[in-house]
Amino acid sequence: MLKTNLSSFINLTSQKDSDMNKMVLLGDEAVALAAVHAGLSAAYSYPGTPASEIMEYLIKISGGSQKFVAKWCVNEKVACEEALGVSFAGKRAMVSFKHVGLNVAADPFINSAITGANGGLVVVVADDPGMHSSQDEQDSRYYADFARILCLEPTGHQEAYDMTREAFDLSERFNLPVLIRLVTRLAHSRSSVEVRPAREQNRGEAYGSWQDWTLLPSNARRRFRLLLDRQKDLKEYAEETRFNHLSLNPNNKKLGVVVTGIAFNYFKEIAARLPEEPSYLKVSTYPFPEKKLLQLIDQVEEILIIEEGYPFLERFIRGVTGLPGKKIRGKMDGTLPPSGELTPDLVAGALGLPVKTGLKVESLKLASRPPQLCVGCPHADTFKALKEALKDFPRANVFSDIGCYTLGALPPYNAVQTCVCMGASVSMAKGGAEAGIYPSVAVIGDSTFAHSGITPLLDAVYSNTDMTVIILDNGTVAMTGAQPSFGTGEPLDRMVAGVGVNPEHIKVIIPLPKHHEENVRVIKDELAYHGLSVIIARRECIQILGEKKRS
Amino acid sequence: MKYDIILAGVGGQGILSIAFVIDNAALEQGLNFKQAEVHGMSQRGGAVQSHLRLSDSHIYSDLIPLGEADMILSVEPLETLRYFDYLRPDGAVVSSSTPYKNIPDYPELEGIFQEIKKAPVSVLIDSEKLAKQAGSVKAQNMVMLGAASVFLPLKEENLKKFIRVLFERRGEQIVQVNLKAFELGKEAASSTKK
Repeated sequence: MLKTNLSSFINLTSQKDSDMNKMVLLGDEAVALAAVHAGLSAAYSYPGTPASEIMEYLIKISGGSQKFVAKWCVNEKVACEEALGVSFAGKRAMVSFKHVGLNVAADPFINSAITGANGGLVVVVADDPGMHSSQDEQDSRYYADFARILCLEPTGHQEAYDMTREAFDLSERFNLPVLIRLVTRLAHSRSSVEVRPAREQNRGEAYGSWQDWTLLPSNARRRFRLLLDRQKDLKEYAEETRFNHLSLNPNNKKLGVVVTGIAFNYFKEIAARLPEEPSYLKVSTYPFPEKKLLQLIDQVEEILIIEEGYPFLERFIRGVTGLPGKKIRGKMDGTLPPSGELTPDLVAGALGLPVKTGLKVESLKLASRPPQLCVGCPHADTFKALKEALKDFPRANVFSDIGCYTLGALPPYNAVQTCVCMGASVSMAKGGAEAGIYPSVAVIGDSTFAHSGITPLLDAVYSNTDMTVIILDNGTVAMTGAQPSFGTGEPLDRMVAGVGVNPEHIKVIIPLPKHHEENVRVIKDELAYHGLSVIIARRECIQILGEKKRS
Repeated sequence: MKYDIILAGVGGQGILSIAFVIDNAALEQGLNFKQAEVHGMSQRGGAVQSHLRLSDSHIYSDLIPLGEADMILSVEPLETLRYFDYLRPDGAVVSSSTPYKNIPDYPELEGIFQEIKKAPVSVLIDSEKLAKQAGSVKAQNMVMLGAASVFLPLKEENLKKFIRVLFERRGEQIVQVNLKAFELGKEAASSTKK
């Protein structure tokens, strides 16, 4: 089901639940609404699971009484820079994306810690531990640490709301961007949230000063020293905030648990099975509360660290020498698995409790059911034609990209051999061609092309590389729920021509079974051309078509 | 009181519509709920599930621990078995018997049914037949919700209220089809409940 449908459910739910000021919200939506209630002036994003619903919700409610800007952008770097412009102007801004989106936005993100924030600037990053819909499970807490800014990590829906509101205040108090780290389980979990009256947007604030915002080395050095000086304030905040909580059980001197983010929920759920709750420190901010941590360590013989993602805190606590006389357990000693998502059951095991199991299926093998392209998907027809065109080339390679079409790697298509990051199909095909791969083919969706495919295509034009780029133009960002695409239809054709691709080698095909023979011929012709070709395979996403028919 | 449900099916079968109705019916009765869903890539014809937890006290974990689900509610029989280890020893399985065969190695159906019947309480519903009878093959999810309603700690009137809310914008005829589907599922489960 497309998320366009889902969003309408959300709205119904919210309207229905009018008792008091409680609302039913996804974790993503709790963040979005909190930003609006914090006086948000503008928000920017690029779609990516599990963060997309933040912007979808903002767009949905942006027509209300409190006017603000809520826009999809061409990519995360652009989104982050637009938000930075809003902050410069003295208004409150939010930018949101998935964890790998922060890689794309890393340049403005890291440097926004040097310029500092003028209007409150909140960067929301949704990590995907377990890789439900991602190519890695990188932990964004490292990015906040790298940039030397404050990171807030909510444990649940209410904290997602409360922390996001506070994040804007903190950003203005410390003059720094604040990162909010979500994980899939919170982003895509629904529960009720108590909301508070909205704050007004900032008005008439001074712009940022050129000395702070023009990062010439002389300015940047001064700003960086300020950032380093600011660290002690962030550490003080970590000690004082209610989001970090130390609970000491004087009767149990053995075990102390350090628990972060959503892992707190699993801990509380499972600790109820213990005869008594062990002492614990709930950590929801980074820098983390060092004094509170030392208090906990003082009291117990053994420290168990439970965190969703990398062993971020655990590495700090272990250091090189560990804690003399104390045992430390976590992801680094195998108490908890170093990869994948935590579950209440894994936490039960770490707490020494037996893991329950239900029924076992014994007599038959459960065939797995991986995601697949929809019946009637245009990509399927393109892959079929491409496979046939390539069948006489045993050394051919198809470099692919991020989108529904990545599923072309799986049977029955087995049509693509790589998928790394947004836009990499085009650049890798160029590198591959220069290493002697022939035919070297890139397959990239229209939105991914706009996001990060244009610049490498410019590179290929410059070198007139012997490669064929196939742009799968289905008119939408399909995988994440049909957000608008920035490079589709006739403007896409002009974009490709504008980059400088020889017009004789820009071809448009319609991926339908009835055009199969013709499409194979066009692809074969372009493979035979020893220079750069772009083939645009254009047919609307079958889901969008279905939506249109239904409405 | 707590009641934990694993909702299962294949992307596109309307699992989240079932969740919407249960969430809101629970809220109507003053219960807390948490509902973890799967979005994104997995939705495309792949296995999907949702952990739906109801309680009269605070719910911490978004995920149900193994062996603690009070019910597996599934719109597809193979998907039912995928989550068997979540079921409590006295838990109930409410499963469609209509297979969704979009994979080459789909197991033999009779074997699947035999496994499902090993659950302490199991109800197998021909959701396709009943949905067609109600007026639309797409209403299988509401057939299964109707079947589950026999066990759920939720008032039928509240469930029906939110089926109406869910389908209202698609017109009264669609609302009626889905309410009928709910009724047929409920009747079928009442008569086969063991």
